[in-house]
Amino acid sequence: MSAIDLGMPILGGLDLVPTAEDVQKAKDFTSDQEVRWCPGCGDYAVLAAVRSFLPTLSIRRENTVFVSGIGCSSRFPYYLDTYGMHSIHGRAPAIATGLAVSRPDLSVFVVTGDGDALSIGGNHLIHALRRNVNMTILLFNNRIYGLTKGQYSPTSEIGTVTKSTPMGSLDHPFNPVSLALGAEATFVGRAMDSDRKGLTAVLEAAARHRGASLVEIYQDCPIFNDGSFDVLRRPDDSEARVIPLVAGRPITFGTDGRWCVVRRGFGLQVAVTADVAPDDVVVHDPANLELAFALSRLSDQALDHAVFGVLRQVQRPTYDDLARAQVQQAVDGGGGETDEDLLGLLHGKDTWTVRDGSVLPAAGAAGAGA
Amino acid sequence: MPTTDDRVDDRTVRPGAGPHRVVIRFAGDSGDGMQLTGDRFTAEAAAFGNDLATFPSFPAEIRAPHGTLAGVSSFQLHFADHDILTPGDRPDVLVAMNPAALKANVGDLPAGGVLIVDTDEFTPRNLTKVGYDGDPLEDDSLASYTVHRVAMTALTTAALAPLGIGKKDAERSKNMFALGLLSWMYSRPTEGTERWLREKFAKRPEIAEANVVAFRTGHAYGETTESFAGPVAVAPAVLPDGTYRQVTGNTALAYGIVAAGQRFGLPVFLGSYPITPASDILHELARLKRFGVTTFQAEDEIAGIGSAIGAAYGGALGVTTTSGPGISLKSEALGLAVMIELPLLVIDVQRGGPSTGLPTKTEQSDLLQALFGRNGEAPVPVVAPSSPADAFDAALDAVRIAVTYRTPVLVLSDGAIANGSEPWRLPRAADLARTPVIFQTEPNGPDGEFLPYARDPATLARPWTVPGTPGLEHRVGGLEKADGTGNISYEPDNHERMVRLRQAKIDGIEVPDLEVDDPAGPDGGTADVLVLGWGSTYGPIGAAVRRLRREGLTVARAHLRHLNPLPANTEAVLERYRTVVVPEMNLGQLAFLLQGRFARPVTSVTKVAGMPFGAEELQELLRPHVSPSASDLIGVRR
Ligand SMILES: Cc1ncc(C[n+]2csc(CCOP(=O)(O)OP(=O)(O)O)c2C)c(N)n1
Ligand code: SF4
Ligand SMILES: [Mg+2]
Repeated sequence: MSAIDLGMPILGGLDLVPTAEDVQKAKDFTSDQEVRWCPGCGDYAVLAAVRSFLPTLSIRRENTVFVSGIGCSSRFPYYLDTYGMHSIHGRAPAIATGLAVSRPDLSVFVVTGDGDALSIGGNHLIHALRRNVNMTILLFNNRIYGLTKGQYSPTSEIGTVTKSTPMGSLDHPFNPVSLALGAEATFVGRAMDSDRKGLTAVLEAAARHRGASLVEIYQDCPIFNDGSFDVLRRPDDSEARVIPLVAGRPITFGTDGRWCVVRRGFGLQVAVTADVAPDDVVVHDPANLELAFALSRLSDQALDHAVFGVLRQVQRPTYDDLARAQVQQAVDGGGGETDEDLLGLLHGKDTWTVRDGSVLPAAGAAGAGA
Repeated sequence: MPTTDDRVDDRTVRPGAGPHRVVIRFAGDSGDGMQLTGDRFTAEAAAFGNDLATFPSFPAEIRAPHGTLAGVSSFQLHFADHDILTPGDRPDVLVAMNPAALKANVGDLPAGGVLIVDTDEFTPRNLTKVGYDGDPLEDDSLASYTVHRVAMTALTTAALAPLGIGKKDAERSKNMFALGLLSWMYSRPTEGTERWLREKFAKRPEIAEANVVAFRTGHAYGETTESFAGPVAVAPAVLPDGTYRQVTGNTALAYGIVAAGQRFGLPVFLGSYPITPASDILHELARLKRFGVTTFQAEDEIAGIGSAIGAAYGGALGVTTTSGPGISLKSEALGLAVMIELPLLVIDVQRGGPSTGLPTKTEQSDLLQALFGRNGEAPVPVVAPSSPADAFDAALDAVRIAVTYRTPVLVLSDGAIANGSEPWRLPRAADLARTPVIFQTEPNGPDGEFLPYARDPATLARPWTVPGTPGLEHRVGGLEKADGTGNISYEPDNHERMVRLRQAKIDGIEVPDLEVDDPAGPDGGTADVLVLGWGSTYGPIGAAVRRLRREGLTVARAHLRHLNPLPANTEAVLERYRTVVVPEMNLGQLAFLLQGRFARPVTSVTKVAGMPFGAEELQELLRPHVSPSASDLIGVRR
């Protein structure tokens, strides 16, 4: 992939982060700040999951940083006793990029919302993903602007009625997972706020992935978009809709694997398992970008189907590792450490010296300045 | 040094004798390599020990249509045997490589000036393209100049014929012919240029050879042709003792950033998005990774500053560089940096505005935006270099403020400083002593807790604590901070206190007093008139004031490096003068600021042509305010 082979070893996402000496617990990651989301907000469940999964990473708390944008979900960092920055609307991936590039010893998380990440911050999101900067992005998708009191968002279904769209919204929504795959993110996953087990599994895999990981979290906003994902929660409805992915396994879902995913043309479709030959059931391969994209297309705005789990996970050199390696290569090449090196740079090739009112011929480089 | 100046400031091309100073302008099509030619002549002048100042001027388009007025690119160079302040108002020698270059520039050539043209380009087609009815080389429209008609293209291609290189490459070398000719006329040392050509084209030796041959052919042409009276020499300038090199403002800023990183023991992280005329800082720093410099070409200006803030949070020297449109985009993030009180260096290389404006031209019209262009009370220190070489010190000074006071600092350079060059007296090792930043690693609260927003009583700076420090985990952000703890606070009293604290911190930054150059006495006060400037008007103001003084007028001058906070003695200095004249390349932004701050009238003299003030032009604009008949005003005044 890279034009220059910098001899990068393949690392895990946390391999350069110092490990904790003592066993840590969820409460070690809990700050003294009062949590202020609305009662019933899906953000609570995600916070609880994050507080309990962070200790399992066994990295030092002080080497964990949460950077967020603006929105209800972006209050997240205040509630964790790690380092954190609640920054400005949409820009968290950019800030996290600078931090991740300059500090390989940190585990950097980004917390963002559907408006924060996909509207005002869409540009930073896709670039962080394409560059593959080592960070874990938690995208809280409640399909609404929560903090500003309920305007539709770039993930709201067409026709969403809000204060800013009294006759229904007109614009076609993003599918965040498709978007991330389009940007060739090296890790793309999806989870449900209320599914502690599934959420924890995806988050942990994302955090351990070296590179940019995007995890879309379907999150309920009971105040402004109540029950947006209910069809995926109610057992009766969800059975035929929720498609869990397991790497290396045929993709089936529903009671006793009643439904499955098969190929159709260049894409995929859902079929009744009994009606198809077992070999025709698609086996999930997170290394296959085209498959991951086709899977993401099974999730439509009506939520007739929704794929959960790790859609894509591949190794690709990260921008931050490569950037550091370039600097290291240059530093190792020498000529940039000492005062003489700096003076040599400032002097350049052509200097002249004035002494006692006359111009002397060109002086040697650094020596003349000492 | 006004006395030196009095001796030598007259027009000076005297064939055969040594002139004190010469202004040369190379002008041609943007494809003709005029910038390169100018750069090389500058290097030759520098190697010879002349004082010098340069002014490149080029179209915003990379290749505007060939042979058109829009496509003319020029490079003006002023070199002298004494200290000079500007690139010169009008050329003594104009080199015009085609009719468009002639048409666009000849108006600046004073009567008696020397004009050298490439006759091969004066074809009927090229002449019509720029609206010449007849050939100006044939009629008497150029009668007041000494015109040298040289078939540069033909002479160059003929000389290169034995080398067997293509016609295109051969023609492209004609700029080196021109350089060779000028080098002969002014007795420039030539070895440097030949060495440089061979290095530059090391991978294509045949092109290197072609350029060297063209250069030598031009040189020989001067020598063997009777028509040139010369060669003449401009003696080296006697500048203050020291070792010098020639430097542009953008390079000096880049070096200042590297030096600042080393001084404060911080790895440099530059997050930047390309924009004229700031991109060269990015280019320069990208080559300096061996100094531990990381450069990140971001997806936009917001990501540029955002990544720099992230790096600063991690303990790096975060830097972002841009020009006007980019500074607009960075405003919100700058406010965040004000709120989270981390060191950050933001460089704005100003260009003509508003909007996309004049990308390759200069202006000083971002001053008020730099000072006030953010939502809320968001004070940011502002530092302005006064010349290309001064940009090095300005960068170091800005970083000193940023790390000492934990604040973003804005450096306001501009297009004239960025691309202009002059001799730079190099710092010595002792000037670069290291004083590494000390990060907070221990709790600082009375009860053993950590207070991220506790302040140093002397500087009001908060601690800089980087992630990875055990026990000091804390959150920062753009919401109002509670004094001390830094937790979110919407308390009215707390907000009142924090707004005032942030302001007091910036107001309390230590900056040197404003120095006044008042010929009436060391303490000033005797002259009636003070000319006060900031930024790149330093040279033109200095030159204009010298001229007025030579006329016998008493006029004081001072120049602001620090626009925020202003030097503590600023008001006292203003009080000493009956009239304070403020020349600026905007519609009077510093004048507006001073009048608002000190409630005293200030006379504003302004120019917004995308070009610096000329010395003579400014002299005339200042004269009515300086001379006894101050009521008889001309020029722009508010
Ligand atoms: C520059 C800027 N523009 C607008 C806002 C107002 N604003 C704050 S949050 C938000 C939308 C948040 O939506 P989302 O990212 O989905 O987060 P949620 O509140 O739903 O978690 C907006 C428009 C702002 N803070 N800053
Ligand atoms: S508005 Fe919605 S998203 Fe925001 S805190 Fe309340 S419930 Fe949660
Ligand atoms: Mg939302």
